[in-house]
Amino acid sequence: MFTIREYVKVSSLEEAYELNQKKANVVFGGGVWLRLGRKNIQTAIDLSGLGLDEITEDEKEFSVGCMVSLRQLETHKGIDAYTKGAVKESLRHIVGVQMRNCATVGGSIYGRFGFSDILCCLLGLDCDVELYKQGRMSLADFAKMKKDNDILVRVIIKKTPLETVYLSQRNTETDFPVVSCAVTKDAEGYYAVIGARPCQPVVVRDSEGILAKAEVTAEDMAAFASKVQNSMDFADNTRCSGAYRRHVAGVLVKRGLKQLMGGDK
Amino acid sequence: MRMKYVNQPIRKKDAMALVTGKPVYTDDIAPKDCLVVKVLRSPHAHAEILEIKKDIAEKLPGIVCVLTYEDVPQKRFTMAGQTYPEPSPYDRLILDKRVRFVGDAVAIVAGETEKAVDQAMKVIKVKYNVLEPVLDFHEAKDNPILVHPEDNWQALCPVGADNKRNLCASGLEEHGDVDKVIAESDVVVENTYHTKAVQQTMMETFRTYTQMDTYGRLNIISSTQVPFHVRRILSNALDIPKSKIRVIKPRIGGGFGAKQTVVAEVYPAIVTLKTGRPAKIIYTREESLIASSPRHEMEIKVRIGANKDGHIRGIEVKTLSNTGAFGEHGPTTVGLSGHKSIPLYSKAEAFRFQYDVVYTNKMSAGAYRGYGATQGIFAVESAINELAVKLDMDPVALREMNLTREGDVMHGYYGETATSCTLDRCLERTAEMIGWKEKYPRRVMPDGKIRGVGIAMAMQGSGIPSVDTGSVSIKINDDGFYALTIGASDMGTGCDTILSQMAADCLDCSVDDIIVYGVDTDVSPYDSGSYASSTTYVTGMATVKACQTLVDKMKAYGAEKLGCSVDDVEFDGEKVYSLKDGSSISRKDIGNAIMCAGENALFATEAHSSPVSPPPFMAGAVEVEVDPETGSVKLMDFAAVVDCGTVVNPNLARVQVEGGLVQGIGMALHENITYNEKGELAENSLMQYKIPTRMDMGKLRVEFDSSYEPTGPFGAKSIGEIVINTPAPAIAQAIYNATGLRFTELPITPEKIAMGMMDK
Amino acid sequence: MMQITLKLNGKNVTAEVAPDMALLDFVRDHGCYSVKRGCETSNCGLCTVLMDGKPVLSCSTLAARADGHEVVTMEGCQAEAEEFGAFLADQGAEQCGYCSPGFIMNVLAMCKEMDDPTDDEIREYLSGNLCRCSGYEGQLRAIHAYLDYKKGAK
Repeated sequence: MFTIREYVKVSSLEEAYELNQKKANVVFGGGVWLRLGRKNIQTAIDLSGLGLDEITEDEKEFSVGCMVSLRQLETHKGIDAYTKGAVKESLRHIVGVQMRNCATVGGSIYGRFGFSDILCCLLGLDCDVELYKQGRMSLADFAKMKKDNDILVRVIIKKTPLETVYLSQRNTETDFPVVSCAVTKDAEGYYAVIGARPCQPVVVRDSEGILAKAEVTAEDMAAFASKVQNSMDFADNTRCSGAYRRHVAGVLVKRGLKQLMGGDK
Repeated sequence: MRMKYVNQPIRKKDAMALVTGKPVYTDDIAPKDCLVVKVLRSPHAHAEILEIKKDIAEKLPGIVCVLTYEDVPQKRFTMAGQTYPEPSPYDRLILDKRVRFVGDAVAIVAGETEKAVDQAMKVIKVKYNVLEPVLDFHEAKDNPILVHPEDNWQALCPVGADNKRNLCASGLEEHGDVDKVIAESDVVVENTYHTKAVQQTMMETFRTYTQMDTYGRLNIISSTQVPFHVRRILSNALDIPKSKIRVIKPRIGGGFGAKQTVVAEVYPAIVTLKTGRPAKIIYTREESLIASSPRHEMEIKVRIGANKDGHIRGIEVKTLSNTGAFGEHGPTTVGLSGHKSIPLYSKAEAFRFQYDVVYTNKMSAGAYRGYGATQGIFAVESAINELAVKLDMDPVALREMNLTREGDVMHGYYGETATSCTLDRCLERTAEMIGWKEKYPRRVMPDGKIRGVGIAMAMQGSGIPSVDTGSVSIKINDDGFYALTIGASDMGTGCDTILSQMAADCLDCSVDDIIVYGVDTDVSPYDSGSYASSTTYVTGMATVKACQTLVDKMKAYGAEKLGCSVDDVEFDGEKVYSLKDGSSISRKDIGNAIMCAGENALFATEAHSSPVSPPPFMAGAVEVEVDPETGSVKLMDFAAVVDCGTVVNPNLARVQVEGGLVQGIGMALHENITYNEKGELAENSLMQYKIPTRMDMGKLRVEFDSSYEPTGPFGAKSIGEIVINTPAPAIAQAIYNATGLRFTELPITPEKIAMGMMDK
Repeated sequence: MMQITLKLNGKNVTAEVAPDMALLDFVRDHGCYSVKRGCETSNCGLCTVLMDGKPVLSCSTLAARADGHEVVTMEGCQAEAEEFGAFLADQGAEQCGYCSPGFIMNVLAMCKEMDDPTDDEIREYLSGNLCRCSGYEGQLRAIHAYLDYKKGAK
């Protein structure tokens, strides 16, 4: 369990940013993940007074404040309709409703955890993040960035025309995923995101156009799945071996493609 | 006897307090000024403590004491909650100079607040001489590294123990010439099965608070299944007379055997004894998972010989059991791996059961629902399923041919006769419920998933014969209400209620006319405790006896009041009345009369022990759906039919079955135990140790097919433990039927299945 | 130390708390003993309370975060707890009872969100409430009976 010396509910992002420049200070999201560590926190920075616990929608995008809970995201009707249930599917296996009412989108995305269902799922969509100082950047770039002292303000899900499917393999229904997978078709073609390798998610595009055909065969899907499997490393942990992860990644990519293409018809 | 309450699904007496969240558990009632007690634990699997620097910690504000091995009595004891003389060896000290597993106790810290204690734990410096551990239980016996080299190690009972060989117990039992019989058999199966040290994972972790009372005695308020054993064990551990200790059991948040070991009580007890102050310990979930009393890991070799027609001729079971760093329940759990598996097939001409129980530098094992039977039944029932394949027989038909029936002598079960047994009908009905004929062995679904079915049988005991003792007191009070005092521990199972149901029928009154109290060792009559599936059967019979004695006393009192002979009166529950002239005295008047110038204590205490332990029997069948690509197993349906004799409370019995099945499902599919090369356990939280959630367990269907056990109260036998035994072998077989893959080690994870399918 | 003011079971409470105090410890310190701790990893659901009407894990929520909010534990909804609890008791599915308060708080939250949940929806909504005694099936029977009763009452 962590310790906290001081708790500051900030009144501006500037205040939060200034406080966050000290190494011993931490932005406090839901606290679900932080409490598993033994960090001695000098100042816990609480953003909950800044109105960032809302999801807004316009014709171009959904804007998800960093203090929005996973449960709010899961039950948002507009996002559910736009993603055809993919976001909901990526969240509903995470422990339980009470936990998802505590954990925040900001905490989940900022952590850039390998096991994160929602990070993997959002990489299958066209998303940006908004940082207080660095401004807006793509989620894919943010995911690759090292952790710094900026403040993640919101996550933006753009309403780009695309179709995505989210799948995961878990040892039990509410356990961490042993492989997470998003398969997406956008204007440029197909791509897959594989997370819980157990490291960070990796995006693999069908740059060769294996699937860019009128009639995609099972062999084509297998070829793309095999490309995905071979584009990244998989490692062992207590939940399973890297070899199993690699195998399941291939299975999920194929299933994702089938679902997407079935949906096309 | 009339059955008005027995066999009725009445509410538990404490139910409404529990469902409205009343403060009735140990930590809810502990005094607010209790010292917080925590245990500093060893990071090494095997080491000798050279030095503990505790001066800085002791000086921290709020710290009251830091105790080390130099501060504790040097008499060895066991934490196993068993009847004296305990079969478990005396191999523990409260704190020892030698630490024997990662998590073993090094120092006890007590302070005013949790923060102070946490800080003190960080500044205690311990110097260790790190020793090589014995981690592989195959290599433990006769290993030059000894887990217990000490000379004051002691085995009180002849259990084949030898600390100089890392042996906690060993033994051999046989009937007939099993080698000859198997050599003559047409078909022989032989395999080795491995089950791990899975955890009870009751929702309330271990916890105790202690304080000195008005009389200068140590009071222990503890979440325990064995209050009377706690008294003796603490007397041994602290080296103080038993008369100086009082143990009280409040409501318990689950036990499943975990709390049949005195895991946490010694720590606050010694703090209170040293400081005179109230103290409490609340185990974290992590402590409950790394330093407690899980199931014994076992590796069981089974050899079965049968004729071509399916008649089983001989069964051999060889068990290697891992008791870990200490011997709690080591010598006894292993026995059940043979005694509760071999007698399912009592028609076999010969059997042999051989075992070793070894010490290793892993967490000490203890008692977990099923107590060795679970491990043995997984092995033998899996082997029977393999035999069916080899014989090309339906496994249900093979069992029908060989199973134990009422009246059979069970040589593998101390030669006891199955005086009550509907195992044949349980099997038949279970197969029918699951749709065995239509579904065996497999069905391939349109989406490529494969459904398979599996079946298994199980038995357990009802108390430990000629050992377990239950006693019950009952008295009549003013206005005629009864007070039932028991020494058995209700740990959520509902024994307070079911014993009241029995008493109500014996006394011909409403169950609401009976109040029940348990357990306080100063007040309650002696009971061995709630374990070994004993309470309904053993303490239930004591209840019947006590009520009969009280009725006799009330009749005698009534006859005196009515001025007639006791032979001329009857008691109908409401009154004692004369058979001659119809005059009567009501129960209410009797209750009130004895309190005015009374010379009659209308109070009865009776004890009961049984020379036999009649087994409950059951069958369980499952349908699973396997995803052959990912290896995921989905439970579709689990059907179980149980013969526990007369069902005393159908609701509570059903929930026992359902809860046990889901624990068995967890053991079969999810609950893993993995140690690294340093002896550290990976599954040290509920994030890592995955017990089933309600999304993991599918549908359960439970029925009862009751025999009548002549030696049991109202014909009842036990129910608490048997229910965990069928899922593992049934699920393993269902997976085999779906995939052709035979798994002999639990849990059967998706990875094992998927990788097995690829290798095919 | 810091000062917080919240509404706990309908009453305004102002208190000095440590910044790292969990809401769970805070409510127990304020006499709400129904709220239990079963793990340290947000997995068991025993500590479920309602914050602004939503079920949250009080072990994972800082007391500081409850400042200005409304918290309800089972002590604050005894009538509803008793109403549903009776159905649980009629199945014998409370067993040891240790998970019952957290479980019931979440059942009450579920019934406010959903009128007529399917079995799968029930299992999913309550998946964060572990129970080791009952095998969950008796809890499901109790929920069915309770929902039927509620429908009948409407």
